[in-house]
This record gives sequence, C-alpha cells and structure tokens, in this order.
Amino acid sequence: MKIEELAKNVLAGEKRSIAKAITIIENNSREARKLIAAIYPHTGKAHIIGITGPGGSGKSTLIEKIIREYRRRGKTVGVIAVDPTSPFTGGAFLGDRIRMQELAVDKDVFIRSMATRNYLGGIARATRDAVKILDAAGKDIIIVETVGAGQSEVEIAKIAQTVIVVFAPGLGDEIQAIKAGIMEIGHIFVVNKADRENVNKAVIDIKAMLQLNNKEKSWKPPVLKTIALTGDGVPQLIEKIEEHKRYLKSREERKRMREKAEKELLEAIKEKTLDIILEEMKEKGEFEEYLEKILKREIDPMTAAEKILEKKLRSN
Amino acid sequence: MIGERKIRVLIAKPGLDSHDRGAKIVARALRDAGMEVIYTGLRQTPEQIVETAIQEDVDVIGLSILSGAHNTLFPRIMELLKQKGLTDVLVVAGGIIPDEDIPKLKEIGIKGFFGPGTPTDKIVRFILENTPKRREIS
Amino acid sequence: MFDREEIDKIIKERERWEKTTLPKWINTRPERKNVFTNLSGIPIKRVYTPEDIKDMDYMRDLGFPGEYPFTRGLHATMYRGRLWTMRQFSGYGTAEQTNQRFKYLLKEGETGLSIAFDYPTIRGYDSDHPMARGEVGVCGVAVSSLKDMEILFDGIPLDKVTTSMTINGPAAMLLAMYIAVGDKQGVPREKLGGTTQNDMLKEFFAQKLIIFPPKPSVKLVTDIIEYCAKHLPKWNPISISGYHIREAGANAVQELAFTLYDGITYVESCLERGMKVDDFAPRLSFFFAAHNDFFEEIAKFRAARRLWAKIMKERFHAKNPRSMWMRMHVQTAGFTLTAQQPLNNIIRVTIQALAAVLGGTQSLHTNSFDEALALPSEQAVRIALRTQQIIAHESGVANTVDPLAGSYYVETLTNEMEEKAMEYIQKIDDMGGAIAAIEKGFFQKEIADSAYKYQKEIDEKKRIIVGVNEYSTEEKYPIEILRIDPKVEEEQIARLQKLRRERDNRKVKEVLEKLHYAAEKNVNLMPTIIDAVKAYATLGEICDVLRKVYGEYKELIVI
Repeated sequence: MKIEELAKNVLAGEKRSIAKAITIIENNSREARKLIAAIYPHTGKAHIIGITGPGGSGKSTLIEKIIREYRRRGKTVGVIAVDPTSPFTGGAFLGDRIRMQELAVDKDVFIRSMATRNYLGGIARATRDAVKILDAAGKDIIIVETVGAGQSEVEIAKIAQTVIVVFAPGLGDEIQAIKAGIMEIGHIFVVNKADRENVNKAVIDIKAMLQLNNKEKSWKPPVLKTIALTGDGVPQLIEKIEEHKRYLKSREERKRMREKAEKELLEAIKEKTLDIILEEMKEKGEFEEYLEKILKREIDPMTAAEKILEKKLRSN
Repeated sequence: MIGERKIRVLIAKPGLDSHDRGAKIVARALRDAGMEVIYTGLRQTPEQIVETAIQEDVDVIGLSILSGAHNTLFPRIMELLKQKGLTDVLVVAGGIIPDEDIPKLKEIGIKGFFGPGTPTDKIVRFILENTPKRREIS
Repeated sequence: MFDREEIDKIIKERERWEKTTLPKWINTRPERKNVFTNLSGIPIKRVYTPEDIKDMDYMRDLGFPGEYPFTRGLHATMYRGRLWTMRQFSGYGTAEQTNQRFKYLLKEGETGLSIAFDYPTIRGYDSDHPMARGEVGVCGVAVSSLKDMEILFDGIPLDKVTTSMTINGPAAMLLAMYIAVGDKQGVPREKLGGTTQNDMLKEFFAQKLIIFPPKPSVKLVTDIIEYCAKHLPKWNPISISGYHIREAGANAVQELAFTLYDGITYVESCLERGMKVDDFAPRLSFFFAAHNDFFEEIAKFRAARRLWAKIMKERFHAKNPRSMWMRMHVQTAGFTLTAQQPLNNIIRVTIQALAAVLGGTQSLHTNSFDEALALPSEQAVRIALRTQQIIAHESGVANTVDPLAGSYYVETLTNEMEEKAMEYIQKIDDMGGAIAAIEKGFFQKEIADSAYKYQKEIDEKKRIIVGVNEYSTEEKYPIEILRIDPKVEEEQIARLQKLRRERDNRKVKEVLEKLHYAAEKNVNLMPTIIDAVKAYATLGEICDVLRKVYGEYKELIVI
C-alpha cells in the first residue's frame, strides 16, 4: 500500500488503516513524516483530553465510563493508552485496555495501546502524531491516558487540551509524591472511588495543593467526585470538560493554539536536527569518538556540541 | 530517531475459564524478550479479540484456553480474522487442547500449539522465527 | 523439651562432626546442589537435630490432639476414630445427567454430594447469554434457575444428603435455590447440611471468577454467614480457600498466609455486623492444596491449624474451642499434573495425598491423572479414589495420630511456615487489610512473581519435573477423552426460554424490583434472593440487578 492510499483510508476512518498508520508513527519510519504531512490539513477538529494519575486511582475504569457517556451523546471516541517500556528488555506490557474491552467492538471507538519505547525526548512526539491520526480519522474526542509516574504526565500537557488528573481516597502518599508538576498541568481534578472513606479529606488536600500551585488565574480547576465502577459523577465530569472546551474557545484559544504550535515547531526542529546530525555521526563513528573524549575529560559536552554543529553547518 | 520495529503480541483468553497463570507467564516471558504484549484479560469474545488485533495492529495472537470450548471458539476467531483480512497474523494457542483436536485447528490456520509443560523460551523462539515480516508500506 | 546441658552437648558434637566426618564425605561425594530449598524458597539444612527445636515447648506448641493449639489434629483420635471424608468433586452436562449420577452415587453408599457448576453459572450468566456459547454444561452442570435445581435434586431428599457447592460469586443465589428446593420437599431449613465455597476474596487475586467489586462481594459473603448462623445451623457457609491461590502460582507460605488473612477479613466483617465470634466461627471451614514438596506441605497443614487457633483466641477472643478449629478440606494440586507421561501423575497424586493425610486433613479430593489433558475419564476418577483408599487401609499411616510430630525437621519447618506466614499477615495489616492489598495489587504481584520464578526454575532445569524437563520420551499415552455433547447447550437453552415464557413475569418483575431496593438499602439480601428464585427469576436476572447496584468488577492485572 502506498502512503497516499493509506492516508486516504485513514481519512475515511477505516480501522485497519488507522492501526497501521499508528504503527508507522510508532516505528518512526521515514514514511511517518510523509503520512503526517498528508493528513495534517484534516486535523484540528477533535477535542483532546489527557488523563493521568497514580496507579490504583481507577483511571481506566473512569475512561471506560467517559467513553460510554460520550457515545451516548453521539460522539466518536479514540483512546491512546500509554504504558512504560522496560528499560532493561525493551519490551512492554500493555494492559490498560482490559477495562475498555466491551467498547472494542463499537465501530465508533478506537483504542490503541502504545509503549513509551525509548524515544529520545520522551513519548510526546509519537503520541502527538498518533493523536493526529485519530483526529484525521474523524474522532470527535481523543483521550490520552498515561500512568502518573515519571515525566510522561507532564508531557501529556503538551498534547492534550484538557488535562484531567485522577486520584483516589487513601492514596495520600501518592498525592504527596506527585508534587507540584502534576498539579500545574491539571485543568480538572477528580477524586475517584468516592464511595470510600476519606473522600472529603482527599478533596480538601487537593484543593489546598491547588491553591499553592494555581498560576493560571482565569480557569479555576474544579475538584470533582466520581465512582467509576457505577458511573456516578461521570456526566458532571463531561459537563466540566465541555465547559473547559468552551473556555478555551472563547478566551484564549488563539493564544494557546499558537503556543502549542510554537512548541511543536521548536521540538520538531530540535528532533529533526538531531536526527540528521546523529545519523551521520553514528555512521562515521564520530559520536563514539566524542563520547570517549568527554569521558577522558579532553573536551566538555558543550564545546563538543559547538564543534559538531560548526562542522555540520560548514559542510552544508 | 529511527525507531525499531517491535513485535506486538496480543495475549487473549477466550472462554469463561479463569486459569490465567499460563497466559501471564507467557506474557511476561515475551515482554522480557523485548516484545510489546497487549493483554486483554479474561473472558474475551471472538469479536473482541479480532477487533483488538486490528486496532493494536499486532503481529501475533496468542490464545489461551482451558475450559474445553476451543472447538467452538477458535474456528469463530479464525473465521473473523479471515473476514477482516487479517491473514498475515501469526496465531498460536496454549492451554488444554487434546492432541486429536490439533490437526483440525491447524487446518483452520493456527500455527503453533503449546500445551502444559512447554518451556517459555520455546514459545519465544517460535514467535521470533515465525512472525511474518511486515509489510505496512510497499 | 530438652535441657540446656543436653543441647550444649549436641552443639559440641555437631561442631565436631562438621570438622571430622562431614568434610570426608563432602570431598569424596560433593552434594548435588549448593543450596537446597523447598518450594517456598526456605533453605533446607543438611540435617536437623534437637538444636533446631531447642526452644520448643511441647504443651505450648504441640499439645495433645483435640486440644489447643490443635497442631496435632482437631480430634483426639483422628483417623483411628473416623477416616477422612473422601469427597470427589464432579459434575457436567445437564441437570438431568447430574441427577442420575447423584442417584447412582447414593445407591453406592455415598452421602456427600459435590456439585461443580459450569462457567456461565459461576460467572452469574444464564445459559443463553452470548458469553456462554460453547461453555454450557462443559466443566460442570448448568443451573440458570430454580427449575434446574429442582431437576438436579429430583427424588433426592435433602435431609438425607449433604451437598458441597463449589460456587462463589453467585453463592447466595444457588444457596437460595437449594433452600427453595428443601422448602418444596418439606425439609426444615435447620436440617440442610452442606457447604458453599463462598470465598470471594481469593477470587480477586487468584481464581478471578469475579462478578461484583470487593466490598459488595464481602458483604454478600457476610450475608450468607449471617443467614446460616440464624437459619441453617448445619450448613458450612464458607470454605476459605488457599487452593486457588496456590494454583495461581503462590508458594506454600503465601498460600497459608493469604488464606488465613482472608479468614481474618471475613471474621472482622461478621464482627462489624454485630455478630458474636462464637456464634459463627465454628462453621468456618478451609480448603488447601497439597503440592509436591512432601514435608513442606505437612508442615503447612500443621502450622495452619496452630496459627488459626492462635488468631481466633488471641486476636478475636473466641471462647468456644470449636471457634479455634481449622477444619480443612484438601485437594491435590492440579497444577502439578503433567500432560507428558500422564500415568506419572498417579504417583504425584499419591505423594500429595499422603502429605494431606499426615497433615491431618478432614477431607480429601485426589485428582485424576488425565486432568492436564481433558476432563477426567471414569477410569482415572476411579484410580484417584482408590489412591485414597490404599492410603487409608493399606499403608498404616492412619493408625496413629500425627505420626511425624517430634521430627526435628518437620517441627522446624512447621515453626518456619508459621513465622513466615505471620510476617505476611503483619504486612497486610499494615497495608490496611485484604481489600486494600487487593487494590494495590499486592497479592497479585506476589503470586505472579512466585509463578514466574517457579516456571523459570523449570525452564532452567533448576527444578526437575519428571517427564517434562528431564526423562522425557516421545511416546504418547492414549487417553480416553470425555466430550460434552453440544446438544446439552441446546436443550438447556430451550428449557430456559420455555421457563421465561411460562412463569409469572409480572411477579418476576416485582421480586427483582424488591431486590434492587433491598440492595441499595444495605440489608441482608438472603431473604429477598430466596423470594426471587422462588418466583423463578433466573440467576442472570438476579445478578444483573446486583450488577446495576454494585457495578461490575474487572480484575486488576499484575504480571
């Protein structure tokens, strides 16, 4: 199959083509750029929701209920569930979709698991491009799920328009451990498993932390309660998401879109540059040479970088 | 960076039995062999398994069953795969499958059978050797 | 048990032996391994002596059989008085076929019936549910409504038999059906005898036949215990099961610790409801696996009895000695059966069964040698039963109580099992209890790690399984395979659909609404469920009502 044909099928919402397109993105093959270029004009219509939070907070079950609610409202939904790649073996165990399997057979739902692999610069690029595929394929709502540990949840802010952070009562230590980073990126906070004891304490804790961290003045992140198992509180959550979406549209959309585009462009330049330089260096074995020199303290990394760049620019 | 192609495997348990010890050990062994393993949990319908295989664009499907319903469920899965055009996916099976059932299951396209007592590295090797070279773009 | 002087002398002699005799042997005949361990990973010493049990206090730690702490057995005379119950779990096909089989067994003199249900029933689905395709009547009998239960016990007076039901998630519904059959036969409820497995906690991390989330599941378990304490005094409402924990991959220590912790959780749940410990504890029963490591298993059973007695006395202040009894049923470990050279399994089962008997079990199920290949054949089932009979009547092990007591090795191992189990119990306490541990994936992770480790040891030949990773042959043993006629499914579905047409559907709607209301109100659901089954509401319909109220639970995956 040719890229053009694949792109056409993606735009038609054909499931196997969407899946293959994401594989191409994941493998970051040369075709990936071409593919993105072909579908890019058709993106920008979906609302992208990021969902993160500590393990055991019930994210996946909550997502299942969110999908059901959006489906009830006639929206089509795509999900990207991100799980970590083992740094030792390069393998990954992707088990997030287990809670959404009943929806796997809905023709207007597409769920894809992605491993973080060991992308230079984190998961952001592959995930962002996978989101674009789903966007181009006509999904109204795209949900990106990440485990709330490490840097992936901060990267979610680069991709999603509305970020939801999910906690559960009794995960006090986890809330503490997550610290400020995650509090800053959240637009909506959810205390799931609200049928538990200590639910109100969790709400109060989160509100207190938000007051310390909340810099974005015009949007006050609400703290909602849900019981994902029964779906209690999910319609209210959807209302808040819609409210946030309207907020983005009415006030700051242009500014934010611009910022996002700017970040994306900057990163693309960075990555592209790196690709070009590294590939050549590795071919010639120069990368190793510099590494050795740095290790022997013959040169510092910054000077090395300057030299490399100088040489590259001159050769062009 | 140019990423490398990873073998993606769907480990699925059709049927209602809950003996997932074997499925999980295999999932772990495949992950440790550098594969990306999608695990969908217990009691998956043939439709769910095939839809998942499509959406996850897997190279391999591993089916595990101990309930005795393989003669009903496996042909249904293979038929759906064919209908959806997933003919280049390697399908293997494990669990309790009597020897005399195997020829019929091979005929419908299941390539490997791993009964109780199979060392995990044998399964890993089989997948590495038999996963079709792919494909996406010509 | 030993005086200081004697122990000191033994220590000196040991040191001398280690310097003189031992090196000679080790030099000429090196040991086969650097470290010997049992399946729990406990290192096994070369030789055990009184030194290893020097702190043992006979009356405190062992005592006499029939007395606290029951290490030596629950009954004073043990198998000299009565042999263990040989209860073989079975069932397949339609209710009619199982009914015929029950009648045959009764004619042969068995009084203990045991029902295996098919997977749709166990999952709370009716036989015509789409998920039930290909599974109806396959691994047990299909029971979708009171109608099926009536056929199952047609012509069998319930006051003349005891019935063991291997059922968990829908235990309340199936017990309700059994009670309803008894009512129709005119058998007073206080005469109904038998057991429901009804242990939901282990389902969440071991067997995973789950319908509802942990909390409402424990609530339903407690409803049954409470109801039985009031109305079914001869019923064992629960069989707290380590068997499935072991089969899922746990080692012996984990099996012991997690099972006892589940027991602790149920006791706490009953106490929270205001029940008095001595009112329900005597009816709690346990179910363990008997695995390959002979002495480890014997030590596990002995440690389990002692530890439970202590927990009931010290943690829950039970007064009635029967509350401290750990009555146990044991099944040989199905996972140890090999598909390769299946006849070897007869020997494995024999060793495992012997361990259960030497460990003092109350009842025993021995597996059939062909179970790694298919549903067991008649011949294999018979050999399994004969294995128990040979142990009972020919081996002589049943002639005295707790014959291995006082063995330096067995007593040391019993102590070690108890200590290590206590460490786990402490850890789970600190975690906030069993449900918290389930939600954190603690049990799941522990079990997955042990299962993987065991498999790796076999893969790497650190552990030899005869016929699997050593001594293998290519020859095939012809196995007679039992197949279930697909007609069973058709007939069962036809009967169910006829029932739906012919019953009073207005009444059904009414009882199901009542059930919904009761479930939201958090009262004991047993009476309402009995009313619902009597109106011929189906198992699936009743479970659906509760699924709506409680939500449906999907397991937490930990590999």
